[in-house]
Amino acid sequence: MAEDKSNAEAYWKANLRLITGCLIVWALVSYGFAILLRPLLSGIPVGGTDLGFWFAQQGSILTFIALIFFYAWKMNRLDKQFGLGE
Amino acid sequence: MSQFAINVLFVGASFAIYIGIAIWAKAGSTKDFYVAGGGVHPVTNGMAIGADWMSAASFISMAGLIAAGGYANSTFLMGWTGGYVLLAMLLAPYLRKFGKFTVPEFIGDRFYSKTARMVAVVCLIVASVTYVIGQMAGAGVAFSRFLEVDATTGLIIAAVVVFFYSVLGGMKGITYTQVAQYIVLIIAYTIPAVFISLELTGNPLPPLGLFSDHSASGEPLLAKLNEVVTALGFNAYTAMVDNKLNMVLFTLSLMIGTAGLPHVIMRFFTVPKVADARWSAGWALVFIGLLYLTAPAVASMARLNLMTTIYPDMAGQVENYEEAAGNPIAYEERPEWIRTWEETGLITFEDKNNDGNIQFYNDTANFTERGWEGNELVVNNDILVLANPEIANLPGWVIGLIAAGGLAAALSTAAGLLLAISSAISHDLIKGAINPKISEKSELLTARISMSVAIVVATYLGANPPGFAAQVVALAFGIAAASLFPVLMMGIFSKRVNNKGAIAGMLSGLVFTLVYIFVYKGWFFIPGTNNLADTPDNWVLGISPLSIGAVGAIINFAVAYLVSNATEQPPQEIQDLVESVRYPKGAGGAIDH
Repeated sequence: MAEDKSNAEAYWKANLRLITGCLIVWALVSYGFAILLRPLLSGIPVGGTDLGFWFAQQGSILTFIALIFFYAWKMNRLDKQFGLGE
Repeated sequence: MSQFAINVLFVGASFAIYIGIAIWAKAGSTKDFYVAGGGVHPVTNGMAIGADWMSAASFISMAGLIAAGGYANSTFLMGWTGGYVLLAMLLAPYLRKFGKFTVPEFIGDRFYSKTARMVAVVCLIVASVTYVIGQMAGAGVAFSRFLEVDATTGLIIAAVVVFFYSVLGGMKGITYTQVAQYIVLIIAYTIPAVFISLELTGNPLPPLGLFSDHSASGEPLLAKLNEVVTALGFNAYTAMVDNKLNMVLFTLSLMIGTAGLPHVIMRFFTVPKVADARWSAGWALVFIGLLYLTAPAVASMARLNLMTTIYPDMAGQVENYEEAAGNPIAYEERPEWIRTWEETGLITFEDKNNDGNIQFYNDTANFTERGWEGNELVVNNDILVLANPEIANLPGWVIGLIAAGGLAAALSTAAGLLLAISSAISHDLIKGAINPKISEKSELLTARISMSVAIVVATYLGANPPGFAAQVVALAFGIAAASLFPVLMMGIFSKRVNNKGAIAGMLSGLVFTLVYIFVYKGWFFIPGTNNLADTPDNWVLGISPLSIGAVGAIINFAVAYLVSNATEQPPQEIQDLVESVRYPKGAGGAIDH
C-alpha cells in the first residue's frame, strides 16, 4: 500500500512536470512569439511579413496540435511505466 | 438548373443524411442519451468535437473578423484553438475518469455541495442559451439567403431537423450527425478557399498561399495587401497592436473560456478510455485546425479581392498607389455579386459625392483632395465567406455547398448546446435536486421533454433575439472562463479546495466579470444603462469588457484558495475521489449513480 502510494505520487509528479513543460511552450508561442515578443522578432521575415505574424495566424495552432499529441503519447507511456493505465 | 434548385438539392440532401442517421442512432437508455453509450472512437469523437465547436461564428463570421482586423484579430485564431491544449492536459482525461454524465455533476460531487452544483447549472444555462441563440439566428440567415424563404420560416425548418435527431438520438444521434456535419462543413469551407488561393497565388494550399507571392503583382501577398489597404487610409493588415495587455487577456479569456464550456467538455465523456480522451482532444484540434488554418488565408485573400474589385487599377503591379487608389469603379459597373448582396441589405451603397463611382475607404482618413466626401460602400463582415464563391466566380454547386456548410456549422453547434442545457435540467436539476428517485425510463423521457422545450425556447429567441444575444463572446466565454474553468481545474489539481472555497470562488469570479461587462455594455445589456462609454479610454488599464473573463478567473482561483485555507479540509472521501480521478487505472464507462 505504501509502495502503491509513493508510486502514484511519482506518477502524478511526472504528469505535473510534463504539463508544466507543455504549457510553457503553449504560452511561449502564443503570448510570447505572437504577441509580446513580436517586436523583437520583427527582423525575421516570413512571406511578406514577420515571424510574429506567422505565429499569430498559423504557427501557434500547429504547435498546439503537436503539443497535445506529444502529451497524449508521453502520458500513455507514463501510464504503462507506473502500471496505472487502464 | 437554377441556383435556387442547386441550393435546395445540397441542403435537402444534407438534411436527409442527418435524419437517416437519427433513425439509425436512436437512444435506448440514459447512457445513450447523455454520453452516446460511452463507446465512441477517439477519431470519431474528435470530428464530432470539431463540428460541435465550430459554430456559425467560426464558419461565417471569423474570416470576416480577421479580414477586417488583420493581425489584431489573430486573437480569435489562437484563443479558439489554444483552449484545447488546456482541455487535453488539465480537464478532459480526469473528468472522463470521474465517469459521470454532466459538468455540474462533477462540481456537485467534488465539492460535496448541491449549492455548488446549482451555481454550475445556472452558469451552464446562461452561457449555453446565449450561445445557442446565435446559432439559430445564423441558421435562419443562411436559409433566407440561399433558399429564398424568410428567416423565421428558415429557423423553424432548421429547428424541426434538430428536434428530430437530438430528441430521438440524444448524444448518440448528435455524435454521428456531427461527424456528417463536420465533413459537409469542412468541404464547403476549403473548396472555395483552394480555388481562390490558386487564382491569387498559384498555390493550391490556402495556408501556404497566405505566405506566397501574389501572382498578378509578383509581390508577397501580405505585402501587397498592406500597400493596397494603407493607400485607402486603413491600418496596415499586419500592423502591430499597441495595447498588448488587452490582446493577451482577450486571447487568454477565449482559451480558458473554450476549455470551460460544458457542451465541449461533455463530448469527452463519450469515449471508452482516459487515454482516448487525450487522443480525442488532439484529433479535435486537427479537425478544427483544418478550418482555422484556412480561415486567415480566406480572410486576407477575400479582403484583397474585395479591394481590387472596387479599385481594378490596384490589382496588378502598381507604379503609383496614390493614383491607382483614386480610381474606383462606377456604381453601374459593379459586379453581379454586389447586386445580389445589396438585396439582403448586407452591402449598402450611398453616393455621397454624386460622382457615380464607389469610393470605398477608411472613413476617418481625409481624402477631400481626391474629391471624396466619405466612405460610400458598407460591407458586412459576415458575407465574406458566404460571398466568396461568387466573388471568385466559382460554379453554382460551390454556392450550394456553402449553404449546406453554413447550416451544418450552425446546427451541429446548436445540437451540442441544446444537449448540454437539457441534460443539466433533467440530470442535475430534476434527478439531482428535485426527484432523486426518478427511474431511468422516466429520466430518459424527462431528458427528451427538456430537449424539446429547450429547442422551442431557442427557436423563439433565435427569431426574436434579446439584446444579450449579440454578446456571446462577453457572456458565454466570460462566464465559462471566470466561473466554470477555475473550479473544474482546482477540483482536480487541489485536494485542499473545499465546498466553501469553490462556491465563494465561482460567485466572486462570476459577479466581478458580469459587473465589469455591465458597467460598459449596460446592466443586463439594456441599452442606455451603462455607467461608462465602452471605449478604450474608459477601460481600466485598457482592459476591454470582452477580455475581463481572464481576470475573473484569477479572482476565482485566489478567493477559492484563500477561503479554503481559512476553513476546514475536505472530508477524506473527497480527497480519495480527487486521488482516483488522477489515475486512469480502474476507469469504467460513464456510469449512472
